[in-house]
Order: sequence, then structure tokens, then C-alpha cells
Amino acid sequence: MRSLRPKFSIDTRITGWLLIRSIASQLCVQMPYSHDILFKTLADPTRRAIFERLCREGEQTVGALTARAGISQPAVSKHLGVLKQAGLVRDRHEGRLTHYSAQLGALAPLIDWTSQMAGFWQRKFDDLEDLLKRMDQ
Amino acid sequence: MTTVATDTRSIVVERDMPHPPEKIWRALTQSALIEEWLMKNDFQPVVGHKFNFRAQPVMGWNGVTDCEVLELVPHQRLVYTWNASGEQAPDGLKTIVTWILTPHNGGTHVRMEQSGFRPQDEGGYRGMGGGWPRILGRLEDVAAKF
Repeated sequence: MRSLRPKFSIDTRITGWLLIRSIASQLCVQMPYSHDILFKTLADPTRRAIFERLCREGEQTVGALTARAGISQPAVSKHLGVLKQAGLVRDRHEGRLTHYSAQLGALAPLIDWTSQMAGFWQRKFDDLEDLLKRMDQ
Repeated sequence: MTTVATDTRSIVVERDMPHPPEKIWRALTQSALIEEWLMKNDFQPVVGHKFNFRAQPVMGWNGVTDCEVLELVPHQRLVYTWNASGEQAPDGLKTIVTWILTPHNGGTHVRMEQSGFRPQDEGGYRGMGGGWPRILGRLEDVAAKF
């Protein structure tokens, strides 16, 4: 049995077509990190919330993220480190401040995999229902 | 970081269909009917029967799926392997497809689970066509099954 049960709230409400288009345009990008790292990284709700904030609100410092994260700054920094390892965020140093931004292209393998597998069977289910309707006649 | 209990994932697709289980069972187990909605095949409803699904080859996939019937409970449960074939067999997909039919509101709840995807199997299928909004909308459902 799987112990991991992530609940992705990355949906059209949050991301909108801009994000979708951005991901789609980057589907061909070769990703240096394995899918497993991506799945595990996004499985943590706190980490995912940080990533979603960066997706919605753009580049932010650790301090700004901490102010609304409900956890300590070292904890936020640790999550950002894991996100960076997975290629999901990029950091930019400016004086003493480090700014973090979401790298939407890193989601491509997840979207790609899900769409291919679920998409295949969803279409087959559609075809099955079409056949069942014809069997009525 | 959260640890993962196993290295494989499943895809689950479920749908309520306004048809009796007996009728859906025919569509799942009669070769000519299976071809109409899934793929060309030489399926026989016999446990241990080995068969193929054949589709147009596409880049990275020879179009052939090697299967064997593992379980057969008429009108209720059908299980077969779904594996890569030929030269692609050693490193390719080794999955199990389980169909479960449950009477529901005068129709049937149809559940398909394809289990056993390893991390390296993500590129197993090509051909999107589903449309991004629908797929993103289903991401949560699919992800919840990992």
C-alpha cells in the first residue's frame, strides 16, 4: 500500500491558462531531475503551499514567505532547499537577500505523465461508452 | 521528506455507466467488441490465456502489448497483465490492469486500475488529445491514488 497520498491543488483555479500554456510550451525540455524527486517534493503539503504561493504571487524572499507560512524561517529555508533540489524553484541573490521564484517548467514531467496515462484511459472509457450505446441499437 | 512505501504507482479511472454489468462485461471480454473501443486483440476469456493488444507503432513504442488473463469473475472482475513486448519487454512496462464492475443505481460503476508503474515508465504512452483543462482537473484525482 502507498503511504504517500498527495493532494494536488494545482488546478485551473490557481494556475489558469497562463500556467498551462507555460507548462505545455516546456514539455519538450529535458528535465535533469527524476520524476520520483518531483512527486516526493510536492507530496509535502507545507512545501507545496510555498510552491503554490510562488506560482501565484511571483518572486519572494524567505522573509516574505515566512511571514505567512506559519512556520519558522529555517523551516521555510529548508523547504525551499528541497524545492530547489527538485528544480521547482530558483534563487537569486541580491545583496543580503535571496529571492525565490517558481520554475513552472519543472512540473512538465508530472503533467506529461498524468496526462498521458489518465488521458489514454479516459479516452478509452469514452470509446467504451460509445460502443455500449451502439450495442443498445 | 516524505518517504514512499513502494516504487510503483497506479492509474485509476472510474465511471458510472447507465448499462447493466452483463453488457459491459461483453464489451470487456469479447475480442471483436474490445477492438471497437480499445485495440486489436486476440483476447479469450480464459484464465492463463496469453494475448496481445496491437496498435499503430509510435515513436518509442512498438505498438504491441503482451497480456495474460490472470483472473476472471464473470460480470464482476477481470484482471490481465499489460506488459511491453519484444525488444521493449526487458525495460518496458510491466503492469496489471484490473477491471471491477459493481451494480450501481440501476447501472454499473466501472473501475479500471492499472498498477505497477515504475518511475522509469512515465513515458509509456504517447498521444495526448485530452485537453489540458480536463487533465489538470483530474490531476488531483489521479494523484490521490499514488
